[in-house]
Amino acid sequence: MSWLDANRDYVLDMLLQHVRLSVPAIVISVLVAVVLGRVAWRWPRAGTVVLGSASLLYSVPALPLLIVIPVLLGIPLRSGLTLVVALAVYGTALLAGTAADAFGSVDARVREAAEAMGYSRAGLLWKVDLPLAVPVLLSGIRVVTVSTVSLVTIGALVGIPSLGNLLTDGFQRDIRAEIVTGVLGTMLLAVTLDALLVALGRVVTPWRAATPAGGAS
Amino acid sequence: MGIEFRDVGKTYPDGTVAVTGFSCTVPSHRTLALVGTSGSGKTTLMRMVNRMVEPTTGSVLIDGRDVRELDKVALRRSIGYVPQAGGLLPHRRVVDNVATVPVLTGTPRRAARDAALALLERVGIDPALGRRYPAQLSGGQQQRVAVARALAAEPNILLMDEPFGAVDPIVRRGLQDQLLQLQAELGKTIVLVTHDIDEAFRLGDEVVILRTGGIVAQTGTPKEIVAAPADEFVRDFIGADRAERALRTVDVDGRSVVVDGDGRPVGVLE
Repeated sequence: MSWLDANRDYVLDMLLQHVRLSVPAIVISVLVAVVLGRVAWRWPRAGTVVLGSASLLYSVPALPLLIVIPVLLGIPLRSGLTLVVALAVYGTALLAGTAADAFGSVDARVREAAEAMGYSRAGLLWKVDLPLAVPVLLSGIRVVTVSTVSLVTIGALVGIPSLGNLLTDGFQRDIRAEIVTGVLGTMLLAVTLDALLVALGRVVTPWRAATPAGGAS
Repeated sequence: MGIEFRDVGKTYPDGTVAVTGFSCTVPSHRTLALVGTSGSGKTTLMRMVNRMVEPTTGSVLIDGRDVRELDKVALRRSIGYVPQAGGLLPHRRVVDNVATVPVLTGTPRRAARDAALALLERVGIDPALGRRYPAQLSGGQQQRVAVARALAAEPNILLMDEPFGAVDPIVRRGLQDQLLQLQAELGKTIVLVTHDIDEAFRLGDEVVILRTGGIVAQTGTPKEIVAAPADEFVRDFIGADRAERALRTVDVDGRSVVVDGDGRPVGVLE
């Protein structure tokens, strides 16, 4: 642990960079995927194309993507934005299908009754569909979160600093403690964000914790 | 006045004919029961009233106005809707479910909740259950809540889509009694959809029996239908030949005892 003691500030700085890269990428993924998922759920025929293209994007290798994005968007290769965009592409690709499933998981009887009561189209989306889609959506967001936190490390290969630097630097200089710190730090961050999501899920879906009625009607 | 179906028909894009040339008037403060098997178009007809389904021919009028002239959302908010089992919002507390439409139309939440608690009591639900979520209530309690929710915005019209179909017979009987009592006090104009002929006879002032494709087999008061079933289909549908419909009296010690087709006593003729 002496390496960690001596490099505490460096590790904390890299951890902070890691958070700064992963959290915006996750947030963008969720926003875009929910929109795509909604479209795919609403118009299933267009949805097949949308979801198909999304999963195709996921198969693009990471390194070429990191080169292509700066060229397409006119941003510097080593900018954190490059990595955020790349990770958002993967996150969206991973989540769009689940988001469509999440809307599909909403009980049709509930939606229909809400519509018949006089919810407007927007009201139906924000007050009925989205809250009820949360449980399935959240399971997808947890997968994207863990995957994104782990993928951030590849930014180190093109010079975008994160906990991944501990891996590249540790390998180059053969410092085992640094590699272990990089791996464990990344995992710890992923697990922490996941736990936060689970807690958030409990807060926004209080009805799921409620104990159901007994068998008698 | 009331609700008028004027020669309405519905053919879906895939060619399925749900309803053809249906005409009927529901006077204000009366209950119309639409009864038939699945595929008889009864739900389609009811859903035309709040424009959940738009007729392909003919029109539906409320108090003389074609519903197509009215804003969909405003129209739906002005009509009470009791869904089938499972139609409550699972993520809203019972009291908030009841307060849904008043809140949508701008009533302050606090006032809407207070009114909702009073309504719960009126339909026989302990207001203390208002804090629960729908899944924490029994099926019968949930449908009572659904009735309270439909009444919350004080609509003139109630649409009921097989509201008591999924509860057991004893609970169903209690719910029907409750509805009859409420209706005696409130006098709403009700369109009720059911596949249960006994429910239609119990709750409907006027009953329409539909066959597949939304064709009317017979329209009339329950008494008229029981007295003179129009044809074999209706006889069969209402179970005219069932033991409990074929009653006769026998003399027992000078009193007329009514017995069913199997000779089992039903009651005494006054």
